[in-house]
Amino acid sequence: MKGVHEMDIILKILCDIRPESDFKESVNFIEDALLDSFDIVSLVATLDGTFAISIEGVDILPENFNSIEAIRELLEKYGVTT
Amino acid sequence: MNFIFSHRKISGLLAIVPANERDFVDEMINFNFPLARTLKLKEVMGYDKRRIVDGPVCVSDLACFGMDYLFNNGLLARDDFDGLIVITQSPDYFMPPTSNVIQGRLGLKQDIFCMDINQGCAGFLVGLIQGFLLLDQPSVNKVVIINADVLSRKVSVKDRNSYPLVGDAASIAILERTDAPAPIHANLKMDGTRSDVLIIPAGGFRLPCSPETAVLENDGENNLRSKDNLRMNGTAVFNFVQVEVPPMIGELMKTASSTLDEVEYFLFHQPNRFMLEKLADKMKVPRAKMLSNVVEQFGNSSGVTIPMAIASNLKERIIRDSINVCFAGFGVGLTWASMLLNCGPLAFCETIEYPNR
Repeated sequence: MKGVHEMDIILKILCDIRPESDFKESVNFIEDALLDSFDIVSLVATLDGTFAISIEGVDILPENFNSIEAIRELLEKYGVTT
Repeated sequence: MNFIFSHRKISGLLAIVPANERDFVDEMINFNFPLARTLKLKEVMGYDKRRIVDGPVCVSDLACFGMDYLFNNGLLARDDFDGLIVITQSPDYFMPPTSNVIQGRLGLKQDIFCMDINQGCAGFLVGLIQGFLLLDQPSVNKVVIINADVLSRKVSVKDRNSYPLVGDAASIAILERTDAPAPIHANLKMDGTRSDVLIIPAGGFRLPCSPETAVLENDGENNLRSKDNLRMNGTAVFNFVQVEVPPMIGELMKTASSTLDEVEYFLFHQPNRFMLEKLADKMKVPRAKMLSNVVEQFGNSSGVTIPMAIASNLKERIIRDSINVCFAGFGVGLTWASMLLNCGPLAFCETIEYPNR
């Protein structure tokens, strides 16, 4: 499965930010209140550092962080692939 | 909307900050969030120290304190200016204008043009544009621009989105004519269709303050604030800045036939470090050229963060030299504006403290 490695990394980052949330069971992190707007800021900063990218401000939209798959697709846009 | 000015200059700058310093870490207990998450925010957003007024201090108090400092130190003569523009979102009263209040408290002459402008994070730019326009009149030789806010008094202490970043401050900029013809380019845009993303819902005639408007409400992210408090839709504001500001700066450079490389410092309004770093990356300018240390040391004091960035970082140089700088402000309204100018040498550039009670 494409992107398995990134998905594991993304899941670990998410769990570090919100250890109490079960990200595997949700496909709408925002609506399910697993992430809030400031968590997204923390997530972006961590993804930037982990993958040596700079996610553009215009891409910092809730829909790009609603699921692990959405985050993986966003990373792919910035050239992060396995 | 584009503006071009010539034979105009900023001749002096004074920043006034309350002596009352708050520490983000000490205040974390106010917020309904796990400490680890809040500490992560400190690291990413650059929240650290901030200055807020101690007690019921008003904009005219900070302004008069600063003006008296200028008078008493021979930096400005009491009758030597013909315009007094106050830019604030936290006026002393709905009526009379705070500029008139300041004129009266300082005992200024009656032949003076006093004006209040209700603007926030773009307010310093709006004030500069208005001040430069006023200098078109032969009867106006010098204009004082006071940009000040005490918004800490309108923010809920249980609102993690706004409370840890808000700072109070004032700045006084002196504008006057100069023989130097170097052009000053500026542009300005406004969009009232998004006026609700930064708002204090109650307190005006639309929704007067009442016991009902004072009730704390959960915004869905565990921030507690009432309709009497400042409310910011952080996601919408962040997206607005990232979408609108880079093309605005691009247009400014094009109009001025300049390039980003020619700008020595980008002195943008400082809401938080993260937003500024993202702007710098998008504009492909080094982060070091886009200063972000004012919000870390003093908090977000609306448009005042721009003159404070000069006073905090460039004080020594700008009293001797001219520096090619790009200002930008963006916020309530929504309003966004930018200006490209050679700033300096200034007759003075200082920061003073407004004492605690």
